[in-house]
Parts: sequence; C-alpha cells; structure tokens
Amino acid sequence: MLNRTDHMAYLPDMEILKDSIIMEDVITRMNAYEYHRYSADDVRIALHKDNCTPQDFAALLSPAALPFLEEIARKASAETRKHFGNSIYLFTPLYLANYCENSCVYCGFSRRQKIRRARLNTEEMEKEMQAIAQVGLEEILLLTGESRKMSDLQYIGEACTIARRYFKMVGLEVYPMNTQGYAYLRTCGADYVTVFQETYNSTTYETLHPDGRKRVFPYRMNAQERALRGGMRGVGFGALLGLGDFRKDAFAAGIHAWLLQRRYPQAEISFSCPRLRPIGNDGKTDSPILQEAELLQVIMAYRLFMPFAGITISTRERACFRDNVTGIAATKISAGVSTGIGGHQECQEDIGDGQFEIADSRSVDEVYSAMKERGLQPVMNDYVYV
Amino acid sequence: MSSNDSLILGGRAFSSRFILGSGKYSVDLIRSAIEHAGAQIITLAVRRANTNTAENILAHIPEGITLLPNTSGARNAEEAVRIARLARELGCGDFVKIEVIRDMKYLLPDNAETVKATEILAKEGFIVMPYMYPDLNTARDLVNAGAATIMPLGAPIGSNKGLCTRDFIQILVDEIDLPIIVDAGIGRPSQACEAMEMGVAAIMANTAIATARDIPAMACAFKKAIEAGRIAYLSGLGRVLDKGADASSPLTGFLSN
Repeated sequence: MLNRTDHMAYLPDMEILKDSIIMEDVITRMNAYEYHRYSADDVRIALHKDNCTPQDFAALLSPAALPFLEEIARKASAETRKHFGNSIYLFTPLYLANYCENSCVYCGFSRRQKIRRARLNTEEMEKEMQAIAQVGLEEILLLTGESRKMSDLQYIGEACTIARRYFKMVGLEVYPMNTQGYAYLRTCGADYVTVFQETYNSTTYETLHPDGRKRVFPYRMNAQERALRGGMRGVGFGALLGLGDFRKDAFAAGIHAWLLQRRYPQAEISFSCPRLRPIGNDGKTDSPILQEAELLQVIMAYRLFMPFAGITISTRERACFRDNVTGIAATKISAGVSTGIGGHQECQEDIGDGQFEIADSRSVDEVYSAMKERGLQPVMNDYVYV
Repeated sequence: MSSNDSLILGGRAFSSRFILGSGKYSVDLIRSAIEHAGAQIITLAVRRANTNTAENILAHIPEGITLLPNTSGARNAEEAVRIARLARELGCGDFVKIEVIRDMKYLLPDNAETVKATEILAKEGFIVMPYMYPDLNTARDLVNAGAATIMPLGAPIGSNKGLCTRDFIQILVDEIDLPIIVDAGIGRPSQACEAMEMGVAAIMANTAIATARDIPAMACAFKKAIEAGRIAYLSGLGRVLDKGADASSPLTGFLSN
C-alpha cells in the first residue's frame, strides 16, 4: 500500500485539460446524490416530463423507481421508437491483443492473471476481419488490453486502417491516450471511442487499480473529452456496474455524458451498461451484485435522460434479457462474439484467453433472426465516413 | 380546383404532395407504405443505402419512385457535399435533401452551413432541397444559392409535435416564391392538413408514420389529409373572426337600393 502512487496525479506524459471542469462537476454532483431521499412522487414527476433534468434522472435511478419499472419501460420504449424507430444496430468486437500493464483486481486481462497472452499480427487481424465481414457485419469494435508496449499507437492505427477496408464503422475500446493520439487514430479510420471509467468513486478506484497507467483516475475520466478534441465523432460511456455503488456510478456516467454533450453538441453519445460478471479461469460463479431489474432500471434511466443516445447491450447478459431490452431501450447489440484473441475464422481457435465470460454466444444470423422476430429492423450500417 | 395542380421540383411535376420518409421502420414495409401514401418521392439516408447487405433500402423501393437521398450525418457543408456526391455515385439521381446537423440532441439544422452546401451542389447540377430552421433571411439566401424548394421544420425531427413554428412557416409561404415543404415534426394527419391549408406546397413525414401501430394505414391517412388541406387552400379558406359571430345571411339584406 505504501508503494502505491497517487492515483489522482498525472504522469509526466499525460495531457491535462486545464480548461475543463467536467470531471470536478461530475464528482461533485455524484457525491451530492443521495438516492434514498427520492420518493415515488419524484419518480412520477420525472415520468411526466418531456425532458428529464439531472434531478429527474436521479429519481429514475433511485430505489423509489423500482416499483415503477413497467411504467418506465413503456415510456422508454416510446422514446426509443421516436428517436430510432425500430432500428437495431449490429456489430461485433474483435479483440486484437490481451497484453496488459495494469493489474485491475476484477479484470480477466490483468497482468497478474495467468492466461494465454497473444496479439494478432496484421495478417491475422486482416483474416479475422475478412471472416467477420463475410457474415454481413459492417461495424466493428476493436479492443486491446491496456499495454502501450504490445499494442502501441501504430499497431492500433494499422488495425483501424485495415478495418476501414472491410467495415463502414470502426469503434475503439483501447487504453486512454492524449488528444494527438486520438487525432491520429481518427485519420486511420476510427469513428468512435468508448472508455469505461469502471467506477467514478476515486477511493474505490484507487483500491481496484493498484498499479499501471490505468491507476491515474483523472486521466481516464477525461479520455472522452480528449477523444472529441481529437476529432472522434462519438464517445461511449459506462461504469462496470457492481464495482462500487452502482446507483452512484450509473448517475455519474449519465452526468458525465450529459455535461460533455452540452459542451460538444456535435458528439454522438452512447452508453454501455456492463455489470460485474465472473472472471474466466478462476472458477468463480458468484451471483452478480446487480440484479436484472436494477440493470434494466439503469438502462431505462439513460434512455429517458438522454433519449437520443445510443445504448449498447452487453453479451455478458443472457439472450432473453438482451432481446427484450432491445425493444425497450437498447439500440445496439453485438453478435457472433468471441472475447478471446482471434477465433472468428471458421477453422481457427482463439490464440489468447478472453476478458470475461459471455452469456450470449449466438451467431450473427441467430441474433439477426431474433431481432426480426421481435419486429425490429437489424441495421448493419447507418453511417457514411466522409 | 385545377386538374393539373402539380408540385414542380427541379422542372419535374409530381401529382403527390406527400414526401415519405423511409427511416425508422422495417424495409419490407416500405413498398406498402409508398403505395398507401400515394407518394412519388421517398427520402432515404445515404448512410442507410451505403450498405452491402440484403437490407439495403434501395432494393425495397419500387421503380418509378423518385429518390430523395438526404445528407444526414453531415456536420458541415463540406460533409454534406461529399455525401450528396456519394448518393449520385450510388445511382440515387440528382435530387438531394441537404441536412447539416451539429447538435445531436435536438437535431436542429445549421442554416449557415446549409446555404453553403446548397450553393455548391446547385452549381453541380443537383436539385437541392434544403432542410432548414424557418428563418426568412436564410430562406432568401437559399433561393439565391439555387435551391429548388425550402424545407422548414415544423418541430424538432422525430418529435411529432406539429407546427410549433407555424407563424414563421407562414412568413416563408407568403414571401418566398419557391415551394415551401414542411419537413419535420408533423405528427398527425390533422397537422399535415393544417400546414397544407396554410399554403405549404407539400409535406415530408417519417416518424409519424414509422411509429404508428399500422404503418400503411397511417400513410393512407396522411395522404388524405394532405389532399384535403390542399383542396381547402385552393378553395380559399373562410375568414376567422376574433369574437362573436357573423350571420350567413346579412342582417341588412332587406335594404333596397
């Protein structure tokens, strides 16, 4: 413990956004959020508004809203229909590498985890992308572990350049970087960046991230703003629900997105809502801290607070839950998912272990059919790269 | 009412004054919606047409329907111009609806950038239909830039709130010589009818139809409302009194000369 560095102090090469007060604003609002103080009346007021304020969002996330889930679902569904119609966007993640320099205590990629480490070379990643494109997908999310040595900027840039040849939309979920890095990846073809803050409680964050660059809380928290300054079209937000107080974390992620959208109105905002699941290889099958009802409550609160935002539903959730959430609030669903390194080619096993266990292993065709059966229109691409 | 009451856009005549959107609903319903709407023009997002899959919207639009690709996704004039050119390359023809939006919350159009894009594309031979916030000065600039029509919003896209900008649209109808087409916010057939009664040349609607329980039936309801509004406008609406009543038979009708 004594050897730990100050998790609030930037490392020398980390860019500081001196003119931004978004992080301070988010933390102040989160600390002031006392969710037990909200009543059923507060929830009813929120449900009768066209535009939810942060106070309404706070009420919708509170325990007082749990008895109103059906009513909230009806309103969320109507808002989703209004803004997105019956479109549901399909994509798949491609894990490029699982090397990591951090040792986050909850993560399957932690450098302390004894897993098979691997990274795709350019030839392998192209083959993987070809295999993914062949099943009809036109959007890809590229992921790496957080090793700047094994997945350096040039490596990620090459992956984006190759992905651009096969896909119409390219997302990134990689380690946070400076504005210049994001600008470079934008020129390589990346469209949006998702960064999970994991937890917005800096004390909990400090405990869970004992070392590595990820330990620096403010640098991670300002990543989306740097990405937008670097020219990215969209940014994704999310906390790993269950790491800390999930209501406060969900509230903070929503406020974080809301404040950035006010400052960067052109930004395409999206949310991901993963909850803590068992890590691979350790045999643990603990029940999730967050129940499905509470997860749905969070997802629907995002929908009502920012009705125009995209919401991605994770493969950590079972198929039935995912399918139903697409009819209520989610706008994007992954399909044909492998969280290992490689594994998308038919005659090819993955060469590195996955980050977490997935609960929905359906193929693209299966997810596509499930969406059609629910009256939704699967959309492979809704984007022009210009 | 004249039997050749056509909507003229870019030198082409259309008997239907209902421009139908194609977003937000299943592609296999498009043909039926077009038929029930009696629409001759259908909008499509180039970003949705720019796909290799079987769900490409272009494959579901019947022959003979005029495509009106839009530049949704563009955040400035330059991007709108590129998307319009891509639409032409995809075989969508010369019509283009300019949408330049840099506010993802309300999706309000950027009028200044819209004027810039209109000027460039009109010079390239496009039939430019710009979506705009109803402002008279911008509308005049769009006329000078070569627009084929002006497409003011009635309310924010997808809101179904109706003619929130009613008085400002009326100014455009009164002052601009090009056809005025209300483009966003119309949520009910009655609102479409009201806009047509004001003298608007046509209605563009999508969300109102896409979010209806019965999409083809709602398309049909809009068709009839738009036609009714047009006939009412051409017939000359009766005046509206601020208060009181006005007898149909004048009280002084008994007076002799």
